[in-house]
Amino acid sequence: MAMTDSGTDFRTRMQNWLPKIVLAPSFAIMVIFVYGFIAFTIYLSFTGSRMLPTFDLVGWQNYERLFRVRQWDTAVVNLAIFASLYIVISTIIGLMLAIFLDQKIRGEGALRPIFLYPMALSFIVTGTAWKWMLDPAIGLEATFRMWGWESFTFDWIKDSDMAIYTIVIAAVWQSSGFVMAMFLAGLRGIDNEILKAAQMDGASNVQMYRRIILPQLRPAFLSAFVILSHLAIKSYDLVVAMTDGGPGTSTWMPAVFMYEYTFTRNQMGIGAASAVIMLMTVAAIMVPYLYAELREKK
Amino acid sequence: MAVASNENAMRTSRVTRVLIYVTLLVFSLFYLLPLGIMLINSLKPLSEITGGGMIALPQQWTIEPWLSAWSSAQIGVEPTGLRPYFMNSIAMAVPAVIISTVIGALNGYVLTKWHFRGATIVFGLLLFSCFIPFQIVLIPMARILGILEIAGTTYGLILVHVVYGIGFSTLYFRNYYAAFPTELVRAAQIDGAGFFQIFWRIMLPSSGPIIAVCCIWQFTNIWNDFLFGASFASGGAAPMTVALNNLVNSSTGVREYNVHFAGAIMAAAPTLLVYIVAGRYFVRGLMAGSVKG
Repeated sequence: MAMTDSGTDFRTRMQNWLPKIVLAPSFAIMVIFVYGFIAFTIYLSFTGSRMLPTFDLVGWQNYERLFRVRQWDTAVVNLAIFASLYIVISTIIGLMLAIFLDQKIRGEGALRPIFLYPMALSFIVTGTAWKWMLDPAIGLEATFRMWGWESFTFDWIKDSDMAIYTIVIAAVWQSSGFVMAMFLAGLRGIDNEILKAAQMDGASNVQMYRRIILPQLRPAFLSAFVILSHLAIKSYDLVVAMTDGGPGTSTWMPAVFMYEYTFTRNQMGIGAASAVIMLMTVAAIMVPYLYAELREKK
Repeated sequence: MAVASNENAMRTSRVTRVLIYVTLLVFSLFYLLPLGIMLINSLKPLSEITGGGMIALPQQWTIEPWLSAWSSAQIGVEPTGLRPYFMNSIAMAVPAVIISTVIGALNGYVLTKWHFRGATIVFGLLLFSCFIPFQIVLIPMARILGILEIAGTTYGLILVHVVYGIGFSTLYFRNYYAAFPTELVRAAQIDGAGFFQIFWRIMLPSSGPIIAVCCIWQFTNIWNDFLFGASFASGGAAPMTVALNNLVNSSTGVREYNVHFAGAIMAAAPTLLVYIVAGRYFVRGLMAGSVKG
């Protein structure tokens, strides 16, 4: 492919090397800052590091302690509650809005951006808004009481058994529009001829959705699931902004646990172990998905 | 009513349509409510909020909370308002967006037009790095920033955001350039054009949309980041999100809800503005971010 005669001078050889030279810094950065750091954190999770990293290996001790700590238990249970509700509710709302918007709705162009704009906001902003809206002293509860419904009570955000559900509300508010956009793109990609044919055969709307449309949205369902579960596992900002993990430690999630143990409680070894568990969980979801996506395109 | 539908073969009764419209309107209220509440409550005196009138319009309009949030509210220990932190975020986001986009464009160009062995593996490694939970890099990153003596500075945050932004920016440009006709590149090569000449003269002029998508995505992510900001730049170099959280969650003094809301809108304004001006590209970025190239 390269010229063979006098062309194999310095310039040509340089040209052949340039692509690799250009890519090299990124590659080096990846190797160090992503994979090297991952290796480092994994190593730390097997050391007795407290406030600063140390290199004395202690075996599986950090993991054993991690699974005995009550807060980790809380964090994992919270993540399970949060992730399942967040994924299911966002998917239901997103799918419903997408199907409704797909019915030749007047004003679709105005509605879509309204459904989707929360995705542009920081979780800290979202958290601030919902924190005060759900605060019993000034928010929803106070408003209803002022309107004369004296016994109205909505103090979940102050209730350690219910506070996690207020985070679900805010998170669903933020992401369900995005899920809507994914499903809408899927719906618009469906061949109308098939639908017309089905209709001619006397299929009802419900039948068409159940038998023809929803099965064709499988990729959108998968993407929504992967993206939402990935967001759920990483969720940190929203918890900090809304409840700061409280009341007590009742709304801790793994990301909060990691931060608190590593930087506030000086238990770096345990913090590193919790980060490793988080990475493994994300990898278990993302790696097969990315692998399938990449292979599909080839 | 019975106009032949070319977009959707579905036929719906009038009752169903009314129900659909009502549902859509109720949901748009749900999405708009928090923003609306923040806005109206940022324009009323504190006493009207604590009196229980969060839903009501201000009886006495005031921009005092905005002035306070911008230039005099207590952030941490200093009564500086959010302005210096807003500036921090700009000083952090602008260079980080530009650098990560440039690197992403070059990477995408190399990965699609200059095939070499191992390119797929390099891309796979880059791609996975987009999705790691950043908790896994916090501890070593803190060490490295300390060693480089840029811990707690805006430079440190720029480095962090560039490093972890490259994955996505490369993903965008790779998917975009993959559809770009390789014959054009080969033809230019035969004409003697070099690596950078081809990039500059042939690839870049047709890259407008993807540059917009990439910049918007990076800007939104970097501006909205909280984890890195809180971990590596507390104090005077903190970005806007961290300062806002300090303002809202400080446990001392009177809670000035109206000031909190004004501050929250300030923190939201840049990304909202980008969304309003270039929403189309924002949505494209989100979709591509879910890997559908």
